[in-house]
Amino acid sequence: MIEVDLLDVRFGRGPKAVHAVRGVSFKVAKRETFGIVGESGSGKSTVLRVLSGLLHGWTGQVAIDGKPQGRKRAKAFHKLVQMVFQDPFASLHPRHTVDRLLSEPIAIHGLGNADGRIARALDEVGLGREFRFRYPHQLSGGQRQRIAIARALILEPRILLLDEPTSALDVSIQAEILNLLMRVRAEHGLTCVLVSHNLAVVAHLCDRLAVMNAGTVVEEMPVDRLRTGTPREPYTRQLLRASQGYDRKVVETFG
Amino acid sequence: MPDATPEPLLTVEKLRVRFRTPTRVVEAVRGISFAVGREKVGIVGESGSGKSMTARALLRLVPPPGEVSADRLRVAGVDLLAADAKTMRDIRGRRISMVLQDPKFSLNPVMAVGRQIAEAYRAHHRASRTDARRRALEMLRAVRIRDPERVYDAYPHEVSGGMGQRIMIAMMLAPDPDLLIADEPTSALDVTVQMQVLAILDDLVSRRGMGLLFISHDLDLVASFCDRVLVMYGGRIVETVDAANLHAARHPYTRGLLAAVPRLDRIGTELPVLKRDPAWLTGEDPAR
Repeated sequence: MIEVDLLDVRFGRGPKAVHAVRGVSFKVAKRETFGIVGESGSGKSTVLRVLSGLLHGWTGQVAIDGKPQGRKRAKAFHKLVQMVFQDPFASLHPRHTVDRLLSEPIAIHGLGNADGRIARALDEVGLGREFRFRYPHQLSGGQRQRIAIARALILEPRILLLDEPTSALDVSIQAEILNLLMRVRAEHGLTCVLVSHNLAVVAHLCDRLAVMNAGTVVEEMPVDRLRTGTPREPYTRQLLRASQGYDRKVVETFG
Repeated sequence: MPDATPEPLLTVEKLRVRFRTPTRVVEAVRGISFAVGREKVGIVGESGSGKSMTARALLRLVPPPGEVSADRLRVAGVDLLAADAKTMRDIRGRRISMVLQDPKFSLNPVMAVGRQIAEAYRAHHRASRTDARRRALEMLRAVRIRDPERVYDAYPHEVSGGMGQRIMIAMMLAPDPDLLIADEPTSALDVTVQMQVLAILDDLVSRRGMGLLFISHDLDLVASFCDRVLVMYGGRIVETVDAANLHAARHPYTRGLLAAVPRLDRIGTELPVLKRDPAWLTGEDPAR
């Protein structure tokens, strides 16, 4: 469904250029969920932004649903691929009602039956009809993220890109959103790419994952290897140990 | 006359913080009591639970229209309720220091970081510039910055997030406080850097006999790092547990929080969702 081959991204020019992504390749099969884990600056979000068409100026090959993608994406692409962002406080227009936020993609793609679609989308993310005419500031963080998911799903995409979808939320709300994502993924037969710094969140949702560090993929593995605590690369093992709480002895090994 | 029993470093009794607005009264902290000795105490809770407001109340930094009241609020023998503005300035930094979440917003962007640390020291100790500089370099070394001379002259935008947080800690420790309040000190940092910063705090508590109040939303992190954990919900402490026994916590809120965290050893199943009970807000605990 998604094929990325030798993706390279540089920001800036000359000696100050930042080589953010260095020769990253991976494939995601239909209905599979692929995770990308890494620390800040590892290039994980940059990869996702290239996939979604938000970033230009990359080199390498990206094919989605068998079609090679260039700089400019067709309108049909955005019906196929949708994205949910990290911060639901920043990704929803503060002066648009939920109704307007959800009807805009319908109008752009000329889908019709906006009323029915919006009602269904709100139902799907577990929000009642009463949310339809509210503004984002009248919603909690979790409710906003539900609206962001509804907005992504309203075009009935087949690929969902998730950029740290729960890291701005409290754990109890994170649990609700993770459950919701698992449900809609199964109901819509979605192919997903999830970017996160949280190993447990990635392990929870994904089938396979890639660990990125300094722009390169350090290790690609099935999620089982994370579960059994047997990653091969030292970097991944360090990340795993660090995510399992504070241990004075473990910290000494970080150097 | 000192008391017969030694007073804990920090005593808080019936602390309340409320905000009166034209339409309603928001109770941010609802009469909590606790004490901190020379140990690591964690406060855990979700956003809006009142944990940060508690920290601010201790430093008398609650912004208006917030009102703070308490039966008792004492730090190292000083009554914070009776303290005037001048006394509070002496207390802040010297008795109680606070490390905030994001170093980007807490460091002065137009002053070299070393000078900021030296300034913090000179605010509480009579010292020459040379002595203050020496002290600042010593502090930078204490938080394991490898090249303190270079970092001393660096500006905040020239250092990474992890380095910035260590500089903040160095600055807060320079006046040698009795109690350090750390409000989500590591949540903006990568996990490996986070662990290193915690190790520094850990050593400082055990070596200097400092008290640490560690505020976080991350239950597992707090349990692995602190000695005791206060769990806050809706402005109340719903449960106090020894960190080692966190998994034997009894309050349904604590148990719900623990269950909601995705874990590597149980993957792919539906996560239990927290069901909030209105009784948690009033203190009628159904489990007891």
